[in-house]
Amino acid sequence: MEKKATRESYGEALVELAKKREDLVVLDADLAAATKTGTFKKAYPDRFFDCGIAEANMMGVAAGIATTGKLVFASSFAMFAAGRAYEIIRNSIGYPHLNVKIGATHAGISVGEDGATHQCNEDIALMCTIPGMTVINPADDVEAKAAVLAMADFEGPTYMRFGRLAAPIFNDKDTYKFELGKGIQLRDGDDVTIIATGLMVAEAMQASDELRESGINARVINIHTIKPIDRDIILKAAKETGKIITVEEHSVIGGLGSAVCDVVSELCPVPVKKIGVNDTFGYSGPAVDLLKEFGLCASNIVAVTKEFLGK
Amino acid sequence: MDATLKKQMEITATKVRMGIIEGVYNAKSGHPGGSLSVADMLTYLYFAKMNVDPANPLMAERDRLVLSKGHTAPALYSVLAQRGFFPEEELKTLRHIGSKLQGHPVYKKVPGVDMSTGSLGQGISAACGMALSGKISDDYYKVYAVLGDGEIQEGQVWEAAMFAAHYQLDNLIAIVDNNGLQIDGRVSEVMSPYPIDEKFRAFGWYVITIDAHDFNQIEKAFEEAERVVNQPVVIIQKSIKGKGVSFMEDNVSWHGAAPNEEQYNKAMEELKAHLAELEK
Repeated sequence: MEKKATRESYGEALVELAKKREDLVVLDADLAAATKTGTFKKAYPDRFFDCGIAEANMMGVAAGIATTGKLVFASSFAMFAAGRAYEIIRNSIGYPHLNVKIGATHAGISVGEDGATHQCNEDIALMCTIPGMTVINPADDVEAKAAVLAMADFEGPTYMRFGRLAAPIFNDKDTYKFELGKGIQLRDGDDVTIIATGLMVAEAMQASDELRESGINARVINIHTIKPIDRDIILKAAKETGKIITVEEHSVIGGLGSAVCDVVSELCPVPVKKIGVNDTFGYSGPAVDLLKEFGLCASNIVAVTKEFLGK
Repeated sequence: MDATLKKQMEITATKVRMGIIEGVYNAKSGHPGGSLSVADMLTYLYFAKMNVDPANPLMAERDRLVLSKGHTAPALYSVLAQRGFFPEEELKTLRHIGSKLQGHPVYKKVPGVDMSTGSLGQGISAACGMALSGKISDDYYKVYAVLGDGEIQEGQVWEAAMFAAHYQLDNLIAIVDNNGLQIDGRVSEVMSPYPIDEKFRAFGWYVITIDAHDFNQIEKAFEEAERVVNQPVVIIQKSIKGKGVSFMEDNVSWHGAAPNEEQYNKAMEELKAHLAELEK
């Protein structure tokens, strides 16, 4: 399967977007080469502004630009966007509900060799707590591009999470349609539901395929919009399969798993098993190996599912 | 400054100060000291300088003001009410449940407020964004950012200062209200920001220093600022915290405290007497 990092998709989508949105402005904080806004910078140098290594100011500048009606994307690594600039996003973007799109790359453990200081496993949790913030975590190139283009037409603060590691492209670009707040069922099954997001969606599908060989039919749902989350698809899965496993490249505290638990605990309590980063910091290493170390891979999903089902 | 205009400014600023006291007294909380120190500057900007229209507060080509020292909202609210953005009577609802006059200014909630502020150090960045946006699309509005001298202890202010000079935002004018006091005491003792002028100069800004309570100097400062190209301008105004109410002047205990009834009456008497003197 062809692979591409969703950060690459992000950069390419911005160039695509600029063709139809003359008011598009892109900001970065000295990471354009890595976040891939550099692709946009090369194509539209007059609409790209480097803010230097100053994420707090960048988010404020984005807020100011948004008040004048232009479409603005602000980019950095997830750690420095959602993390360092959290309070600026909360007070200068979230509170006035400004139309700023935050494109955060290098999310999760798959940052790899840079290690814990750069591996942000808390961004979804942080962003979801801000009232009115939309939080998107696309799974592959097709979804990432479609999400960027769709969110450009959506009015309101949005946090978009992209990855560094090349991810398998499993969606069909000719038929895929991004629908904000709508989960996508990718595998049928009634024994258990695996709800995944971002980089983990492809792993979840692979796990489901392997489980099927052992006679376990695991439904797979891709949640690209963590907030507002698709309650209907989750409740349907809870009712029909009775057990849920969540998989995310994020802390098990405050991410997809927590969001799913919030839904089912109130409306259809079922056992939920969360796979994610277990309240610990990451460390250096090749991304693919790290994902295995943290159990963020198909084989561990298979093992956890079997244990969860007592098989 | 023309003597008639100066008189008008002083009269309006006194009414603005009365509105500040009215608001903070009715709220039983708030920040009178820094509101009173910035009252003359805000009066001048909204009555003599800025292109704004109370009937159309979100007019695209308007000049914008970001009150980066958002806790002095009572001053901004009072000026906006005087200028006709909303009824003066509403000042009495400051900080009350259901009021649009929140403890710190809220964009789109209060007519005339151009940015939500309150968390110090953030407003100047938003002002930079507005100024940059104007440059991108050749809009000719000006952006004013009003900061406190304690506020500039925030690192984000200096990120913004670097940004404004780098992008040559000569449509941006920052005002630092140098009243010398912050919650914990004198700024020089808590965490000295001095020399403020040399810091901004080092960051690439054009610096003007004035007496905050002299309308002649305020007018001259903006005339000078207009002539500056390719550089952001900062007006550092030496002010008196609590200016206009004798017992509040240069007294740190009035940073974030409301007057009781007796103090309210005394403050209003002083301001009314001053107004009567001016209107004589």
